[in-house]
Amino acid sequence: MNFNELFKESVEEYDSLISGVIPVILVGSATCGKSAGAQEISAAFKAELEEQNVMAEVIEVGCIGLCYLEPIVTIIKEGMPAIFYGDVTSKQAKQLVNDYIIDNNPMIESALGTFGDKQVEGIPNLFDIPVMKPQIRRILRNCGFIDPDNIKHYIAMDGYKGLNNALDLKPGEVMEKIKLSGLRGRGGAGFPTWMKWQFFVDSKEDENYLICNADEGDPGAFMNRSLLESDPHSVLEGIVIAAYAIGAKEGYIYCRAEYPLALERLKHAISEMKKLGFLGENILGSGFNFDIKIKEGAGAFVCGEETALIASIEGKRGMPRTRPPFPTTSGLWGKPTVINNVETMASVSLIMQAGHDAFVEHGTQDSKGTKTFSLVGNVKNTGLIEVPLGTTLKQVINEIGGGIINDGMFKAVQIGGPSGGCIPESYLDTKIDYDSLTMAGAIMGSGGLVVMDQNSCMVDVAHYFLEFIQNESCGKCVPCRLGTKQMLDILTDITTGKGKAGDIELLLELAGGVKDGSLCGLGQTSPNPILTTIKYFKDEYNAHINEKRCPALLCNELINYQVIDEKCKGCMLCFRSCPVGAISGSKKEVHSINIDKCIKCGTCIELCSGMYNAIERVHKY
Amino acid sequence: MIVFINYLKNLGPIKIINLINMNENQITLKIDGLKVNAEEGSTILETALSNNIYIPNLCYYPDLKPWGSCRLCMVENDDGRLVTACETLVQDGMNIITENDRINRVRKLSAELLIANHEVDCLTCRKNDDCKLQEVSSYLGINREDLGSLRRQINNISMDDSNPFFDRDLKKCILCGVCVRTCNELLGVKAIDFGFRGYDTKITTFGDRSIVNSNCVSCGECVVACPVGALVPKEPVKPAREVKTVCPFCGVGCNIYLGIRGNQVINARGDAENSINKGNLCVKGRYGFKFINHPNRLTKPLIKRNNIFEEVEWDEALDYVAHKLSKIKSEKFAAISSARCTNEDNYAVQKFTRVVMGTNNVDNCARSCHAPSVAGLAKIFGSGAMSNSIDEIKDSACLFVIGTNPTASYPVIGLRIVEAVKNGAKLIVADPRNIDICKHADIVLNQIPGTDVALLMGMMKIIVDDELIDEKFIEERCENYNEFKESLKEYDLRTVKAITGVNKELIVKAARMYGSTKPASILYSLGITEHTHGTENVFALGNLALLTGNMGKPSTGVNPIRGQNNVQGACDMGCLPDVFPGYQKLEDPEAIHRFEEAYKVKLNNSNGLMFPEMLEVARIGNIKAMYIVGENPVTSEPNTENIKKSLKNLDFLIVQDIFMSETAMMADVVLPGCSFAEKDGTFTNSERRVQRVRKAIEPVGESRPDWLITCQIAQKMGAEGFEFNDASEIYNEIAEVAPIFGGINYNRINEEGIQWPCIDEKDKGTPILHTQTFKTESGKGRFIPLKYRPSAELPDKEYPLILTTGRSIYHYQTSTMTGAVEGLKTLYGEDYIDMCQEDASSIGVKDNEKVKVISRRGEIEPKVRITESCLTGVVFMTFHFSESATNILTNSALDPISKTPEFKVCAVRVEKI
Repeated sequence: MNFNELFKESVEEYDSLISGVIPVILVGSATCGKSAGAQEISAAFKAELEEQNVMAEVIEVGCIGLCYLEPIVTIIKEGMPAIFYGDVTSKQAKQLVNDYIIDNNPMIESALGTFGDKQVEGIPNLFDIPVMKPQIRRILRNCGFIDPDNIKHYIAMDGYKGLNNALDLKPGEVMEKIKLSGLRGRGGAGFPTWMKWQFFVDSKEDENYLICNADEGDPGAFMNRSLLESDPHSVLEGIVIAAYAIGAKEGYIYCRAEYPLALERLKHAISEMKKLGFLGENILGSGFNFDIKIKEGAGAFVCGEETALIASIEGKRGMPRTRPPFPTTSGLWGKPTVINNVETMASVSLIMQAGHDAFVEHGTQDSKGTKTFSLVGNVKNTGLIEVPLGTTLKQVINEIGGGIINDGMFKAVQIGGPSGGCIPESYLDTKIDYDSLTMAGAIMGSGGLVVMDQNSCMVDVAHYFLEFIQNESCGKCVPCRLGTKQMLDILTDITTGKGKAGDIELLLELAGGVKDGSLCGLGQTSPNPILTTIKYFKDEYNAHINEKRCPALLCNELINYQVIDEKCKGCMLCFRSCPVGAISGSKKEVHSINIDKCIKCGTCIELCSGMYNAIERVHKY
Repeated sequence: MIVFINYLKNLGPIKIINLINMNENQITLKIDGLKVNAEEGSTILETALSNNIYIPNLCYYPDLKPWGSCRLCMVENDDGRLVTACETLVQDGMNIITENDRINRVRKLSAELLIANHEVDCLTCRKNDDCKLQEVSSYLGINREDLGSLRRQINNISMDDSNPFFDRDLKKCILCGVCVRTCNELLGVKAIDFGFRGYDTKITTFGDRSIVNSNCVSCGECVVACPVGALVPKEPVKPAREVKTVCPFCGVGCNIYLGIRGNQVINARGDAENSINKGNLCVKGRYGFKFINHPNRLTKPLIKRNNIFEEVEWDEALDYVAHKLSKIKSEKFAAISSARCTNEDNYAVQKFTRVVMGTNNVDNCARSCHAPSVAGLAKIFGSGAMSNSIDEIKDSACLFVIGTNPTASYPVIGLRIVEAVKNGAKLIVADPRNIDICKHADIVLNQIPGTDVALLMGMMKIIVDDELIDEKFIEERCENYNEFKESLKEYDLRTVKAITGVNKELIVKAARMYGSTKPASILYSLGITEHTHGTENVFALGNLALLTGNMGKPSTGVNPIRGQNNVQGACDMGCLPDVFPGYQKLEDPEAIHRFEEAYKVKLNNSNGLMFPEMLEVARIGNIKAMYIVGENPVTSEPNTENIKKSLKNLDFLIVQDIFMSETAMMADVVLPGCSFAEKDGTFTNSERRVQRVRKAIEPVGESRPDWLITCQIAQKMGAEGFEFNDASEIYNEIAEVAPIFGGINYNRINEEGIQWPCIDEKDKGTPILHTQTFKTESGKGRFIPLKYRPSAELPDKEYPLILTTGRSIYHYQTSTMTGAVEGLKTLYGEDYIDMCQEDASSIGVKDNEKVKVISRRGEIEPKVRITESCLTGVVFMTFHFSESATNILTNSALDPISKTPEFKVCAVRVEKI
């Protein structure tokens, strides 16, 4: 069967599925969905369908990105648009079978949005709801809409058309198209993809490798995982196209073992590709041979660094080495190697499917296309988003994120993971593109956006990221291993009231030395959280050091818990829940907290808040 | 001054490279504006150091690949970027800045951070005065104020003092990785690596066990390389003076410096400036010197009266010996000379035997080890020694290692094999066990012990069938090829597999690899020779080298690695019953004439008895007296009970040794010889290199150099020609009587030894034998057709297992010397029986459980060690200790040509106790 026949067959199959008489129930079953209970929901649907003796197809799909609304279910019935439901419970599942599938009542009150040509009165179009509206979903176009374990679904969505197109061209022509698309590496540094490929091609060695870096390790980032779980073929197609363009013989996907579902989906997808001739010998009859191996990483953050990743594949301890030589000259087993991020690969298949012209429609002069982000922290709508490069931070936080939870105050957004920086409110108009973010002291990174409200202590935030980096340092070079430890120790002192005059200067000095002196990117960028927090929130440092005061009332050593006498009703709830018996008081009398015993675990405050709000944190000094 | 000296240490090896390649690939660059020359491919750091420009560094170590972790050697390049000088290669015209504020900030930061995390107890630190962190701190001028505001933290990892020779104090570790890289890159042992992450990163063993419970071989190379006090010798005192000499523990012949304080040898270190060990040493060479000043050393002559040894004065002892020997008729006397003693000692013994006792009954322990090499290689090539040099191993493209366990028995040669593999060589290992070197091999062939002829003939048939032979070489330089080729016919793969138990594909692969990769070198030792068909095994290897033209060229050859430090020399000196010094045959009338002229006596021209024959004849009472110098046959020879019977049957036994060995216990007179550290002389190593042994301390007690004792006995017996004043006079006589040593004297080998043949003063010696012709009569290499013969004793129902024997890295022969080193006993203190899990389970025994091992000759009770290195049906034992002596079990069946016993194969039964 040639590709066009396969495409036709796939489209027919997919159309008959979603336009057929048998209803289809799509259950969002990526890791976010699963952890919210998607499997129970699937089971509930199946049980009720059987109970009621109704025919419907239940399919586990990926994530549409609205993680805060998982489990999400989509129901497609003949003659109706697809209807999305969020926060679905087993009870609701039962109800949906009975009310909608059997009785044609789409349960408007539970519905999130529709997708398709037709409308349902009272339900908005999914892409018109505020969280979706500013987004342009290109990379994530198939996520949540297709069965990730069915290659034909992907093909029906124009999948592998990009590869088919590429194989009709000469490798150099494919490279040219990628160059024209202006694609920059989505792993964080934003190096032009075509240029990296060109270096590789120029090295002209027979033995060479292409690696897809799926070692997503930033705290709060899950874009790659979600994409691999929801649409693995879009990444795999990109890998094969890239291999063809640069003449790579063998490919690896380096994916952390902590992503079991992504690995499972990848393995299945690769076996499907081999069956249909998208991988292996003579791909689609073009004479091009290429194979992909999966290498599971053990979860060391530093293995996202190219040379450490290579060492890890070679079976060595994941420790970076000095570049140059760059992997494009001397990489895996000492041979030329291109390493591209998951999203870069997905962008390649997108460009070859829809054309580079369509790709450059979005983005800025120097940062083309769209980019996915995981939006987390103190915003209302958390999840996986995709926006054109050049969108401002404000748009993302306020429009897509829906603003700060509990209508609180925005304080900062941490972007770019542990190597990135914290950006304050005054910089919220910063455009999200490679160069603007760098100007603001952060980096694009792989795309984690952590939003913080007024309850966040910025010294503590710096401490958090530095602790992460320190734990993940490979220990090889002195500035990173001991410099980050030194900075961490100083931050620990500051947050525990032991900060000394001159510590800020010492931190800056250490930061400069670590930046200049570290061997790899992990160490070189590790001071960024400190540098940006000192730059934008120096007052907080000063308060901690000079006044032994944490303005956000978060650093335990600098605060006490106390009862607000006039608000306390003597309900005894806190008295009974305190794990160390630090609260005294009797029924209907004002309680008090023994600060010598109190361990500041926050149990009492959590219980009381929303009821009497009678417990507060106060400055110790 | 200290710092300056340390700089020079850094400079040493690089200077040499630069001198050698001074005119090739020279480029010019500027360092801080100063124009310097550099060799292309060298790094900025190497270039700076070799031009006497210091750049601080910690993780740099000359023999290792650059690592770039300490960040102290940061310099600024033309682009204004900071780069590591240790990793960045020089380029023509580059401008390097080694000193500015930015550079200093990074350097000081690294140094301060290290010091803030370092246990700073410099004055009492065992590395004081030799510490690179001190050097760096002093260079950068780090002071207390700099460290003032840094948070000081030292890890609380406790000291690992489990190794008897060195301590690991990770509080002092700076994680430069030099030890890890030394262990991995240079030694291939891989006992340690980085473990854990972040601040918790540390150097650790597998499973974070103590070092003594890892696969560390205690060679101490990491201790030497460690730049700080994290790896330090247990006894760190420094010597008052040093004497350069040769290690006495195997045939590699490593050059060492003995450190001396007072009249005691207190340490040893490798000499970096020689082609053999280049500074490397194994555990025995580095730490095994305590036997020298051991309290159990024999210090006075002993005469046994009424079964009790009595200390006597030298005169009495010598008179007694002379008196006794003068009554013994020539053929009733036999002497065993020592492969541990110097050439001069050995020469004296053979001269004494031939001149004074009038017999050729003189032999040495080569009889039990490499006699098949001497006989076999002499027949094929005309000369029975290593054809090539140790330093050529690293440049070979293919190494065929068969019947030898180099990492345990000849560790420094093991290093060269690892180096060759690192340089890209293919490695084929053929051994009944999965020995350590197999880790580095491309192909491992586990043949059943004793089936080497079949295996090698099978390989050669494939080489012939696949037309991988060197036709030109065979045509021009060999003879008897067609007869040999005919004999290959019966070695089809099926037959070979059936005999050897080796998978057919592997045999084919190995044959093709050896046949098609050049230059290829064969390395072997006693796994080949100690068989009843040992000489035939050697023939097979000779055939293989001839077939592929791998002879007479660099990095090729057939190379028997000699087990004892001077076993080569003992043979060279004519301590063999059929040749005079320099392999001049007794049957050659010219030789007899030459020696009669030189020795001024009439010499006996009939071949003497070989070692096992001496014992046999002694048993029936036809040998009455024996003179055994520095050997311990009671423990070292097979079938112990038989040997004891023979020795008991003697009228008079003289044993000359440094310790009261099991053999000495049976003597009538025990004469205290000197150890190698107490006398001058020469040892000849495996590669035929005659090297100087130097007196480092005065003789312990009243011990005397062995040559002197022998000469004094001779003089007491009225002989002439034994009036030597010192060892060099003896060597001069050797050079006179044996043409192959004609050009060697002490002056010429003062710096570096010379490889024989060395005919005259102009001759620089012979690193490679047979480059033009072979030393056979026809001048051609002679192919020898072969037929496989099974070993003398095969397993059967009653004795179902094959026992094979070998050495542990920690001991030397019967451990008379190494057994006196407490630390070595700690590391390996008894002979275990190694077996695979399957065999252990079938008997129902566990690891470390005592078992009974029974052969047709006796039984012993060693402990079991369950190991993956043994294959089913084959058990292994070392033979170092007299308690539960392994050679009670072994078979004394002999190779008919060389009379070497079959130590490597006997049938045993293991029983649960």
